[in-house]
Amino acid sequence: MFDLATAAVEGALAAGAVYADARVMIVRYESMSAKNRVVEDLTQTDTAGIGVRALIGSSWGFQSTPELSAAAARRAGEQAAAVARASARVAGPPLELSPAPVVQATWASSWDEHPLDDVGLGERADLLVQVTGAIADAGAPLAQASHQIWDTQKWFASSEGSRIDQHLVECGAVIDATAIGDGETQRRSYPGVRGQFGTRGWELVRELDLIGNAPRIAEEAQALLRAPQCPETTTTLILGSEQMALQLHESVGHAIELDRILGWEAAFAGTSWLDPRQLGTLRYGSDLMNVTADATLPGALGSFGYDDEGVAAQAVDIVKDGTWVGVLSGRDSAPLVRLRSGGMVRADGAARLPMVRMTNVGLLPGESSLEEMIAATDDGIYMDTNRSWSIDDKRLNFQFGCEIAWEVKDGRLGRMLRNPTYTGIGPRFWASMDMVGGADEWVFWGTANCGKGQPMQVGHTGHPSVPARFSGVRVGVR
Amino acid sequence: MAAWDHADDAGAQRCFAVCDQVVALVGDRAEAVVTRTTGRSALTRFANSRIHQNMDGEEDHVRLRVVVDGGRSAQATTTRTDRTGLERLVEGAIAAARLRPVDPDFPGLAAPAPVVELDHYDEAVVAASPDARASVVADFVATGTGLESAGYCSTEGGVHALVSTTGHRCASRTTMAQVDGIHRAVLDGGHPADGYAQITSSRLNDLDGRRAGEIAAQKARAGTDPISLEPGSYEVVLEAKAVAALLLFPAWLGFNGKAHAEGTSFVHLGEAQFDERIDLWDDATDPRALGRSYDAEGTPKRRIDLVRRGVTVGLAHDRRSAALAGVEPTGSSIGSEAFGGYPSDLFLGGGDVSPEQLVAGVARGLLVTDLWYNRILDPKTQVVTGLTRNGLFLIEGGEVVAPVQNLRYTQSVVAALGPGRVLGVGDDAQLVGNEGGIAHVPSLRLAAWSFTGNAQG
Repeated sequence: MFDLATAAVEGALAAGAVYADARVMIVRYESMSAKNRVVEDLTQTDTAGIGVRALIGSSWGFQSTPELSAAAARRAGEQAAAVARASARVAGPPLELSPAPVVQATWASSWDEHPLDDVGLGERADLLVQVTGAIADAGAPLAQASHQIWDTQKWFASSEGSRIDQHLVECGAVIDATAIGDGETQRRSYPGVRGQFGTRGWELVRELDLIGNAPRIAEEAQALLRAPQCPETTTTLILGSEQMALQLHESVGHAIELDRILGWEAAFAGTSWLDPRQLGTLRYGSDLMNVTADATLPGALGSFGYDDEGVAAQAVDIVKDGTWVGVLSGRDSAPLVRLRSGGMVRADGAARLPMVRMTNVGLLPGESSLEEMIAATDDGIYMDTNRSWSIDDKRLNFQFGCEIAWEVKDGRLGRMLRNPTYTGIGPRFWASMDMVGGADEWVFWGTANCGKGQPMQVGHTGHPSVPARFSGVRVGVR
Repeated sequence: MAAWDHADDAGAQRCFAVCDQVVALVGDRAEAVVTRTTGRSALTRFANSRIHQNMDGEEDHVRLRVVVDGGRSAQATTTRTDRTGLERLVEGAIAAARLRPVDPDFPGLAAPAPVVELDHYDEAVVAASPDARASVVADFVATGTGLESAGYCSTEGGVHALVSTTGHRCASRTTMAQVDGIHRAVLDGGHPADGYAQITSSRLNDLDGRRAGEIAAQKARAGTDPISLEPGSYEVVLEAKAVAALLLFPAWLGFNGKAHAEGTSFVHLGEAQFDERIDLWDDATDPRALGRSYDAEGTPKRRIDLVRRGVTVGLAHDRRSAALAGVEPTGSSIGSEAFGGYPSDLFLGGGDVSPEQLVAGVARGLLVTDLWYNRILDPKTQVVTGLTRNGLFLIEGGEVVAPVQNLRYTQSVVAALGPGRVLGVGDDAQLVGNEGGIAHVPSLRLAAWSFTGNAQG
């Protein structure tokens, strides 16, 4: 396959590109979903293609083709150069690429059981049927379960001489129970609303113990219909690690994407409240806030060997002791703020242009625990499992809803509360974080559905997180 | 548009040839529906008033759904259309289907049925060069002297064919061209003000980058130095883009026949759930629409009335949800029985009042260009939260008097459109591309909209 990638690069160079790179990708994908003991959807996808980027002057062009032949690859390279020339009609300032070492490398993720090759389809289906049965048996009228699996092989070649092949296996699953009342529905998910995904094999799904958790979520969904509404007040808020993963994703992960900071996403995904001139000095949160973007964490969904520009995976400090110190960047964005590429540029397939993407943007553990947070709170609310998420185009003003909450009174959990929501402004919220869970509560949450870009691309991101406590938070917005 | 006969179209015949090959490979081992999609998708993106991302791609994929034993089904997709790739597709799908439990509610595949040969198609869109898209972008950017611009120009389209073992054969071709962008007025130390415009059409010639740019620039310049308003309930005039955003969740989770059967939809058929000014329907056969003439299962598209003079009257069904409900399928399958039916060519009936007259009727309220990052809290109540974007203005005494900083809202969409709540419907109905699809909608004047937060939180 390197021959095809090389042919695409050569086609672009022959057509006038000063730099070119190409990816050949072959992706096997499976999604299966069941509802109330019936497998409703089983889709298997086999996708192959070549995507090539060409740079002429300061202008990029990209062309893809599903045809895996040397002639098609070369044509794609030539056409990428033609697209770059058209870009030059509305050109920007001179463009500098961050240096990238020339690499000849092979990398593969680790797995114990390959989800497609080592586990039978029947077994995968039986699990979903059984778990939805267990939810239904516990009284929930709607029981759902699903899994997704990706097996991705890619071969990268650049005009600078890099040749990298990678093989990634990713998978995960989710179950949920929905209870239906007169005027509303209540849902409980496990292990989170987006499930749990990782760059791992089927052992990840086995470890989740979906069937063991099915009765609990069914009972909680029904109990929520009878629970009192989350009050509208300002109070101490404790968040479980799944909701913290969403909080990190939305109010840190997207805000630190350098392409957003530079205005490259202004019309769609939006920009960022962060000003690169404040990198290294701006207070993002309290002293307890330590965030990294670490693409080297074994098994986390945002881990890989090399990004789609051929830059090695890295661990980068983003927030250190509450101060903003890092961004997510690529080869054409990093030099604009006098940095080297962080190796964070990826595409969701051969037919899409690589762009800045979160790797594993996570909160480092502190020294507390969920139990200690509850015990130390006289009056507050504990929320967990994301239900809704909305944030402004600068990633500043957010309103998030959770599936479930409990009162915290005098150091103990009290009544269950339904429809919990909370709202805030990013840096004020993070500045109020006064307790952070410890290493034994650190979970590498994976989000397999991060949308960004035009045409929309779906990215896989990781969010290691722990429970945390915040003070003076407005909750119960309706 | 002129009628199109797929029998005379070489692209359609190439699609049929591969579909027929797949059906032959399936043989008598399974029932099957095969589709092939070929075409081109290109998008030229600009930001900071320059083209920064520019992609063009060929598309070619084959999708196969097989059913064995009268109810064990699986579907598979491939981009590999050589014989080896197609054999792998067929063998994999049949093997997967055999391992699945029987679906007791499997409704059978669509029988042959006449399909209206729509032609939401313009060859110039498929053939559009990178230079053609760059010209549209250049025209948009040129209207923003002193402003920063961002957005995209896209061209996409192609041919689709469907063949099934029931003998059903149909083909369709569609195109879509869009220019979508903002101009941003940047003030020293102040809030940047964005103005927005979009043109969506099946025809390339309709993409007037200058016209779109002028609308966006005018709005950006009018939005500088915005005031801050306290959250609360305000009368609103929602422009078409905001209306399209508002309709996403009722369409996705409400008029979905499967969601209705499961009890998670807000829909009560036969009840006056909406204001009598609201007429809502789905119709790919309308010349203004962009969709195909049949759905993912091959069911022919037709007009489906969803709301008639405020009364909820219809649902969107795929074959399975229709069978469960005891009605005919409506041609609303998106290829996922787990999801159900979706009205993908939505129309909200227009009125006879100009957008300016809608504003003129407001004593005190807000003019909303767009609603952004909208997320539903509960499908049954249809309470949604999101933010305003790309132009928010205070109306007093029937006139726009000041730009306003963006606000967060939390509002039941169905309640906002409920009886007595729609005070006016604009005569500006237009195609609008939005998260979740394309809708043909006008501006609306609504009695109340609940804003629950401002820039201060």
